[in-house]
Amino acid sequence: MKFIKFFIVGILFGIILSKAEVISWFRIYEMFKFQSFHMYGVIGSAVVLGILIIQLFKKGILKNKDGEQIIIPPKKNAFKANLFGGIIFGLGWALVGACPGPMFILLGRGVLAILIIVFGALLGAFVYHGVKRWMPN
Amino acid sequence: MIEFFLQPWPWYVAGPLITLVMFLLFYFGKTFGVSSNLETICAIGGAGKFNSYFKLDWRKNTWNLIFVFGAIIGGFISYQWLTPNEVIALNPQTIQDLSEIGIKNAGQSYLPAEIFSLDALFSLKGILVLLLGGFLVGFGTRYAGGCTSGHAIVGLSNLEIPSLIAVIGFFVGGLIMTWVFIPIIF
Repeated sequence: MKFIKFFIVGILFGIILSKAEVISWFRIYEMFKFQSFHMYGVIGSAVVLGILIIQLFKKGILKNKDGEQIIIPPKKNAFKANLFGGIIFGLGWALVGACPGPMFILLGRGVLAILIIVFGALLGAFVYHGVKRWMPN
Repeated sequence: MIEFFLQPWPWYVAGPLITLVMFLLFYFGKTFGVSSNLETICAIGGAGKFNSYFKLDWRKNTWNLIFVFGAIIGGFISYQWLTPNEVIALNPQTIQDLSEIGIKNAGQSYLPAEIFSLDALFSLKGILVLLLGGFLVGFGTRYAGGCTSGHAIVGLSNLEIPSLIAVIGFFVGGLIMTWVFIPIIF
């Protein structure tokens, strides 16, 4: 039962991304063609508000459910991995129009072809950990 | 109210709601990030037999799998009850650009039939496109250490340089695919 809150937040996430058309291949294509503000608005407003909220965490004004300060685990600083990994990710994102969140949401919309994409993504994550020792980091 | 739910949501509604999702996960003691679930699913599927990395204790990530399961159900709910039609108000230029590279009916539904229909799924080219796209996403996100949620939303919100570099990478890759490869592939 302690997990039910994550289930509900997940449902919320799925509905938001569906209703805002973020899960649409066309919206991703349009974004990379700079032909619409929509996706920039979604990500940009989420980040601007996110910056404000995280400042409230740091000042201790917003706390977690146990009343403790919220500490965010820092991302690993690995310039080449961030950049090259990012580029590889971007190539895939623009091709199939789905990053990991929308992939699963589209699965819930009954899109069969998504199963192949999810399988590909699992394979990609699996292969990465097989070859990572040879990858620039 | 019902009217609002049934219409497409504008960016200034969706963006802040995504921040709310991020906040709720922090509030419950977790960090928003979808792509690590790929590793968790690999681990559950027995990838540990091939690579000791996947012998991780995936049970600590159960909350995130439940979150993703919720997202699937959220997709189902919105598809069943909250999307009376899937017409997207795309830029007319986008529709024209797509029609020139052979992708018809852009914006008449969420996804192009040329990539996602059953006909595409059961063609060699179609299945390769889906597989390759998924592979690049999965490989890239784990190499970069996060995806749109972990890097673009949480990382940028936390003013992290690694996330800024990753997001620049997302865009470099996305622009190359959209402007160079997609016209060749389709």
